[in-house]
Amino acid sequence: MADYHWPPADHRALIGKRIKRIDGPQKSSGDAKYSYDINRPGMLWGKMATSPYAHAKITKIDTSAAEAMPGVKGVVTIVPEGQEVFWAGQEIVAVAADTEERAESAADAVKIEYQQLPYLVADTNPQQAGAQYTKELANNVKGNPDQAFQQAEVVSEGDYGIPVITHCCLETHGQVTEWNGDDLTVWASTQGVSDMASEYVGGLGEQGIKIAANNVHVVTQYMGGGFGSKFAADSWGIACAQLSKKTGRPVKMMLERDHELMVAGCRPSMHAHVKVGAKRDGTLVAWDSDTWGTQGPQAEGSPTLPYVLQVPNVRAKYTAVLTNIGPARAWRAPNHPQMALISNGAMEDLAAKLNMDPVDFYLKNIDLAGAHAKIYRDEFAKASELMDWKSKWHPRGQGSGTIKRGLGLSIHTWGGRGNMSNCQVVIHPDGSVETNIGSQDLGTGTRTVINIVTAETLGLPLGGVKVNLGDNKYPPAGASGGSTTVSGVSTSTRMAATAALNDLLAKVAPSLGTTPDKLEAWNGKIQVVGDPSKSIPWKQACAKLGTASVTGTGRTNNALMSSGVGGVQMSEVEVDTETGIVRMIKHVAVQDCGLVIDVKTAESQLYGASIMGICYAIYEEKIMDQATGRCLNPNMEFYKLASIADIGEIVVHMMQGPGYDERGTIGLGEPPVISPGAAISNAVANAIGVRVPELPLTPDRVLAALGKGGVA
Amino acid sequence: MDAFEYASPSTVKEAIALLGSDWESATVFGGGTDLLSLLKDDIEETKRLVNIKRIGALHAIQNVNGGLRVGAAVTIEQLLLASDVRKNFPSITDAAEGIRSPQLHNMSTVGGWICQRPRCWYYRQGFGLLALDANGKSLVEQGDNRYHAIFGNSGPAKFISPSSLGPVLLALDGRIHIEGPNGPRDIAAREFFVTPQKQGDRELALAPNEIVTEISIPASSRAMRNGWYEVRPKEGLDWPLTSAAVALKMSGDTVQSARIVMGHVAPTPWPADDAAKSLEGKTITEETAAKAGDAAVQGATPLSRNGYKVQLARVAVKRALLAAVGKNSAAASA
Repeated sequence: MADYHWPPADHRALIGKRIKRIDGPQKSSGDAKYSYDINRPGMLWGKMATSPYAHAKITKIDTSAAEAMPGVKGVVTIVPEGQEVFWAGQEIVAVAADTEERAESAADAVKIEYQQLPYLVADTNPQQAGAQYTKELANNVKGNPDQAFQQAEVVSEGDYGIPVITHCCLETHGQVTEWNGDDLTVWASTQGVSDMASEYVGGLGEQGIKIAANNVHVVTQYMGGGFGSKFAADSWGIACAQLSKKTGRPVKMMLERDHELMVAGCRPSMHAHVKVGAKRDGTLVAWDSDTWGTQGPQAEGSPTLPYVLQVPNVRAKYTAVLTNIGPARAWRAPNHPQMALISNGAMEDLAAKLNMDPVDFYLKNIDLAGAHAKIYRDEFAKASELMDWKSKWHPRGQGSGTIKRGLGLSIHTWGGRGNMSNCQVVIHPDGSVETNIGSQDLGTGTRTVINIVTAETLGLPLGGVKVNLGDNKYPPAGASGGSTTVSGVSTSTRMAATAALNDLLAKVAPSLGTTPDKLEAWNGKIQVVGDPSKSIPWKQACAKLGTASVTGTGRTNNALMSSGVGGVQMSEVEVDTETGIVRMIKHVAVQDCGLVIDVKTAESQLYGASIMGICYAIYEEKIMDQATGRCLNPNMEFYKLASIADIGEIVVHMMQGPGYDERGTIGLGEPPVISPGAAISNAVANAIGVRVPELPLTPDRVLAALGKGGVA
Repeated sequence: MDAFEYASPSTVKEAIALLGSDWESATVFGGGTDLLSLLKDDIEETKRLVNIKRIGALHAIQNVNGGLRVGAAVTIEQLLLASDVRKNFPSITDAAEGIRSPQLHNMSTVGGWICQRPRCWYYRQGFGLLALDANGKSLVEQGDNRYHAIFGNSGPAKFISPSSLGPVLLALDGRIHIEGPNGPRDIAAREFFVTPQKQGDRELALAPNEIVTEISIPASSRAMRNGWYEVRPKEGLDWPLTSAAVALKMSGDTVQSARIVMGHVAPTPWPADDAAKSLEGKTITEETAAKAGDAAVQGATPLSRNGYKVQLARVAVKRALLAAVGKNSAAASA
């Protein structure tokens, strides 16, 4: 019998190698069809009328003019008269028409009357927001912080903050829906193909349309980014299916870019006043933080501070401020980038006050990271080498001239245990193989990883396996969130492929004059373990199946995976002290994720996360205007992202080998995006000698920190 | 966006005949890089688009008796490829290169570069060019004005003139050539950009039935050292926070006369004449340039959130002066 455990390093053909994503050519050539690209015969276009007000009661809706317009085929109301809307951009009425332009004109022609109500949209601290908008969610004490601060020899105090940002998915939210009798097909831009049917069963049920989950077919072959914002059907998904039902025609309704930025992505802000104390030798003794953040109309959860380093004496308070903006959605490593900025920012300020190189300061305290302390030690060594930290680092604020360089660092962690995934691997008598799995590839390389694991297990080249995913008719797999997919699909695929292989080995063993337990699949053959001279080529082996394919099934397996990763990142920046402009020079991301299935797509995650992190560190901010209740920058003009010219040199490194491989697979998507904000903020502090408290590190904030913000 | 008629005349006269006496009847369509988004976002309406790109007379770049003349339909890319411009008017080329987008270079026209509408986010959200609330109070003043005017903002207009060519033309003493039903006229660039005083006013001295046909720079400016600097947060496509264009008439290393015009600080390009005057008889050094920058921002009236732009305007002036004489202050002191 073939063993399902991961093969040892010296017996791997594909796992842990650098393999290009298998769907690269399709994506580059445009053959890959995203939800946005789906066009069905007779398809209509859906558009929505949305609220211009941040908080209002709808007093009247008149759709008669819209319904009378040419080409308009159907109208559905999402929020009826008498109910309230809670943020500008909230969807109220959806219309379907035969062209996109006509649908848009019809949506504009819907007349809605409002009674405006009080609102808060600005990123406002609890004192200014007032009691009606605030909710204290945590006030935790560990050890004896008061006493510990008294005993601390050096105490650093500072403010750190990060504003609300949005997800800015390249492919906006939306879907195409089509009914065929009782059956509904949804081509959705979603992170959860297998879970989506239930969303439609529930959402349509609330609208009086009964449908069974086994009548909902969900398809997502290619996906243009979700980052945590695409788990739900959302109001537009349900409205789209209603419009299809009502008109008897397929309907496409994808969000406009401004709508996407206004409502379909919100990462909560987090701001803190922090006090942190240490002994003269750098040993951390006490932490105190008063933290608040805005996260839309609902508030839940609280940050875990300090981050990674478990300081023995802690007081940590958190207050949520409720705002009339599009609701919070999970943004790649929810809460962690904010916690990393606050914690690593405060630690770096303390190190500066101690006159310590931050690398020495972190290594001094690294045992406070618990079980993963050794990983961080390894990573500090690697990152320092890649950044050339020792020769480049200087104490804060040194250096003359207008343009100053600085270095900063940050550490982070994430869980990343695999989600529940089911997989089916079919070996056909002609030697062809397919892997069926109800997972999805958000652009991360999931398809490639499944291909690698199947091919490795069966001793085949990548091209010997066809991967089928992105469809809820395949065995169910968990939604792709929380860095859970690679472990989920890798382990279930390994189990399914091993099970199928064992069926095959049982058929082949007699012809090799041995028993299945003596056989392995390797290099396109079934062979006796350790004796390649006794072998049979894959195709001939499969021919012994006669006419019946063999099917192996597998589920996520804890024995093949674990959780908990560490990462260290270092940034080098240049700050123009006359203009306050921050430029990236170099960013180093060193990351562990246990056993790496594909080094190349893993490194892609590090590159992408570094770029995404540079964006929120230096440029991104969802600017909400208290005067109008609106988002002022729902566009790619003033919602700023880094361009390729703005990211500097990015150097990435995946930890691999002994100490890492034996932990099995662990998720990777979120962790590398956690540290850039803190590392870059620390680098700026190192360059200019003062902390710029708030991200993004824009000229107004940098100049204010330098005392150059005021009037001439 | 409502349906509109599309016309594509081949002469300026035909084009003018297709325009109307108010802004809603017809709109001149150049590269469309700004206009189409204004129409799609329902910020502006039009019944007819009049494409001027087929008018051959608007595509020339010429040296006429030492003066430079550039047709309104010349693209920014064509301007960048013109060696006479690059050699003698580096402030134009540098401002063009500040637009970090090959797509905009290929599509945008010189006429559009000066006639584009302001980027004020209240205007772009449909609150009108002056962005007044129901009580006639300025939303810009009450709200988020981080990108708004620090000069010339005492009236209702708080937006900034978005064109980077505007300040350059003023510094080079350029003129805007316009044709309307009554024939051609031309106007100093300095008079072309105006500050609206009441609702309905526009920011350009141009009538709805007129077309910008050409810009020109006099031969006298050819001999001037000219420079441009913009404080742009991103290396990639992004708007300048502040900018400055300068032109210096030199005698050896000594400034005989100077023009300094700040951009992105006011509803129009904003000349700093006193600062320019203060340079006469001096050489351009880090110190004299910095002093001119200080002088240029005297009298700035920043709003609640844009005090930082005063510093950025000061720096833009200093660096534009240094650029004009071939010195790069930031790099030199790094």
